[in-house]
Amino acid sequence: MTQLDTTTGATTDTTTAATTAATTAANGGGEGSDGLLAPVPDEDGAPFFAYAARGELRVQCCADCDEPRFPPRPCCPHCQSFDCLWKKLSGRGRIWSYVLPHPPLLPAYAAQAPYNVVLVELADAPRIRLVGNLVASADAALNSVPPERIRIGAPVKAAFHAADGGLTVVRWLLERP
Amino acid sequence: MGATRTAAGATAAATATATGTAAGATLKDATAIAGIGQTPFAKRLPESEKTLACRAILAALDDAGIAPSEVDAFASYTMEETDEVEVAKAIGAGDVTFFSKVGYGGGGSCATVAHLAAAIATGQASVGVAWRSRKRGSGPRPWTNTRAQLPTPAQWTRPYGLLRPADEIGLLARRYMHEYGATRDHFFNVALACRNRANQNPAAIMYDRPLTREMYMTARWISEPLCLFDNCLETDGALACVVVSAERARDCRQRPVYVHSAAQGLPAQHHGMVNYWNDDPLTGPSWTAARRLWKTADFGPQDVDVAQIYDAFTPLIPLSLEGYGFCGRGEGAAFTEGGALEIGGRLPLNTGGGGLSEAYVHGFNLITEGVRQLRGTGTAQVPGATTCLVTAGEGVPTSALLMRS
Repeated sequence: MTQLDTTTGATTDTTTAATTAATTAANGGGEGSDGLLAPVPDEDGAPFFAYAARGELRVQCCADCDEPRFPPRPCCPHCQSFDCLWKKLSGRGRIWSYVLPHPPLLPAYAAQAPYNVVLVELADAPRIRLVGNLVASADAALNSVPPERIRIGAPVKAAFHAADGGLTVVRWLLERP
Repeated sequence: MGATRTAAGATAAATATATGTAAGATLKDATAIAGIGQTPFAKRLPESEKTLACRAILAALDDAGIAPSEVDAFASYTMEETDEVEVAKAIGAGDVTFFSKVGYGGGGSCATVAHLAAAIATGQASVGVAWRSRKRGSGPRPWTNTRAQLPTPAQWTRPYGLLRPADEIGLLARRYMHEYGATRDHFFNVALACRNRANQNPAAIMYDRPLTREMYMTARWISEPLCLFDNCLETDGALACVVVSAERARDCRQRPVYVHSAAQGLPAQHHGMVNYWNDDPLTGPSWTAARRLWKTADFGPQDVDVAQIYDAFTPLIPLSLEGYGFCGRGEGAAFTEGGALEIGGRLPLNTGGGGLSEAYVHGFNLITEGVRQLRGTGTAQVPGATTCLVTAGEGVPTSALLMRS
């Protein structure tokens, strides 16, 4: 299945991307050597992680009406089309909210607590918000940004972290660190 | 006042019964809760969930004066480990002709009563039992659950450290505070109202544990901006209630509490526990349930004497106050000021102590407390209460009941 990437104009084979992610996911699911939980993508979500592994932030869009949707699913809630493509986004957004979990937590998370979890509203798709972590660099600890530096509305950009489980997760860096 | 309102309720119930199952039939006051029962609540109880369930159900049937062999309908909600086959067999129920299990855990509490009411009003059954049995005080905790297969929606949240419901609600709470100027003092108002009521309720876990503002403000964080006292109590315990036709209820031992209106709510484009991906994440399932609930009611939010609102976390109260129409959008936090949620206030809340201070049994204690208030037997009784709103978990697909005496 070859589909048009509407942002770059290039064609993208989403089937291959999805298969790669699904294969990788079979190795994940539990905790990696860092103890953090690896995502367990489903069939609809797998392309997201496959693109992330290439350093791309893409979201599922309807191939007919162009409406972006998240989380990924089989058909478009606006026009009911089953055809989709994965649109490449700028990777920019703003913090919509954040929380600072404290123990009791799973051991690997407790070891980094209090860490942050941010909800990022995407600049190119304002109704799509991604849960992630605000970090000092892609591979830094979940608590690498001091809480006092986090504020709602702060501009952020996507970074890509190859998690121990074999999947790549999207993380977030402050635009103005 | 009580007698007058009871007569009005009875008239409405008689009318509903007379119209029976004809086209346009309504649930309104056609059925009633005739019995309630519960076990003790504790951090740890020695008996199994199945045993606790049977004890609560038999207590509720005894309260109603109805024999177990007459039970022909069961309703429960998910995360209930005791199923109707086991319960029916154990208590000696007769042939069962209706059973249902509502999804989404704490969002299903009120729907159990609604399903039984619908079944009885349409002649599918005559004596229904809804129950909740839970050993979470001594049971599994979400943060110990590492190896289990993650549910699919969790691929978007859990790996990033949103591990517990408190983390997910904390994210909404922070945005709510940012958008509407809500403060921790507003959340404290909620925690305090529930604790004050628990201090009047000998069955409550926090009966002998008063709460002060200083204790709240200096408590350890669970998930900032939520502290220890913003979170419910994980509790062992079981509860049950018995639903019958309004006509039958009038012959039972207790004063009937009529099921006046009921609704479930799963908003468009909703997503599991949280709806960060809706257009408007601060209008949760309560808004959807409320529209239907009020549409089929004879009274509105201004006529509610006492409210039992699902309080797994304090921020759910302002969000629900807005959703169920007690105030406008963004006004839920301010609504809690000036003792509004206390006895004698604008809307007495969670009069048994709620999930925050009586017991967290997935909200079923809110239903039984609502019944007690309308019987006039609450430990923190709202004088002359004749109408009560009970809600199920907000954030998840939910349900709600309006009850009247």
